[in-house]
Amino acid sequence: MQNIAALEQEFESKIERGISIEPKDWMPEKYRKTHIRQISQHAHSEIVGMLPEGNWITRAPSLRRKVALLAKVQDEAGHGLYLYSAAETLGISRDELFEQLHSGKAKYSSIFNYPTLSWADMGAIGWLVDGAAIINQVMLTRTSYGPYARAMVRICKEESFHQRQGYEIMLTLSKGTPEQKQMAQDSLNRWWWPSLMMFGPTDAESTHTAQSMKWKIKLKTNDELRQQFVDITVPQAEILGLTIPDPDLKWNEEREQYDFGAIDWEEFWQVVKGHGPCNKERIAARKNAFEGGAWVREAAIAHAEKKAARTELKKAV
Amino acid sequence: MKKQWPIWEVFIRSKNGLEHRHVGSLHAADATMAMENARDVYTRRSEGVSIWVVESKHIVASNPSESGELFEPAKDKVYRHPTFYNLPDELKHM
Repeated sequence: MQNIAALEQEFESKIERGISIEPKDWMPEKYRKTHIRQISQHAHSEIVGMLPEGNWITRAPSLRRKVALLAKVQDEAGHGLYLYSAAETLGISRDELFEQLHSGKAKYSSIFNYPTLSWADMGAIGWLVDGAAIINQVMLTRTSYGPYARAMVRICKEESFHQRQGYEIMLTLSKGTPEQKQMAQDSLNRWWWPSLMMFGPTDAESTHTAQSMKWKIKLKTNDELRQQFVDITVPQAEILGLTIPDPDLKWNEEREQYDFGAIDWEEFWQVVKGHGPCNKERIAARKNAFEGGAWVREAAIAHAEKKAARTELKKAV
Repeated sequence: MKKQWPIWEVFIRSKNGLEHRHVGSLHAADATMAMENARDVYTRRSEGVSIWVVESKHIVASNPSESGELFEPAKDKVYRHPTFYNLPDELKHM
């Protein structure tokens, strides 16, 4: 039996050498806990993220838009499932994960606590919210925990259509009637700042960043990822002919990056703490689905058991 | 806590001529449902032509703490590799 110090040293050395950590490998308890927290938060975000878009499936303006949105929402269910499976490799059950979501112990991305008020929001979410998620997720394909990294590779492959379908919606609206263009602008105005908040608190405020960087859970800081997002997205807004709602946004020749205005962190923390426009509604919808589906899950088990017993009986005869 | 659906491991053959590869896992009440769920979760974009599902509890896995005993004996057996043998450069087709 090796002692803990030796195991820790071996673990740190694997991280150092870029060798993935796999489910049965020894890992510090904190590494395990951090991953359960992060992966489940990510899974919950995918699942709760279906709700704001689900709102518009029946009201999509054309069949083309409808099949695309349906496929996107179905992908999000799939992404949630990949991630729940990855979290379960760390020794937590699916039911415990749901329980943590329903009780508020586990968080999900606060962006999904904003309402989807118009069809243009389907465009803005695909473009901005998925765009921000992709930046984070591309980094996570190289994260140190194997099952998480593999889930991310799969997710990234599927996600790029999400962003492109969103941008196409924005493009169509911004080239449409003045009212349609205004609808796209209004949507950008509402989703811009919450999208920037998706990268989490500033590096100075982030409690998890230092440890997560050390363990190669994260390879870039929140502020680095946020800057990357702004730099990528500003030219995309220019193609649409839309204005990003930030008077302080300007190109910085020296840094070769965009400077942007201050984020309203008060709003961010309010939403994280449960006081966003839709927090209660989102959790209620999840609980309702879980509780309402309980009898189906139980019936399926009863059916499987009965069938298995019948097969056993046949064999015995 | 209520009984949960067991976990199944999913293996997919992406096209004929290739082996089945592990792609992930899922929950299902029985084999039929595991197959249906595997199709929906892991082959939404024609990723496969064949699926295997096996309940996770049936998989016997090696223990990482025994990796030494299991795998190290192979390390000093370099004579199992073709490059171990010293042959002249002018020798062809070997």
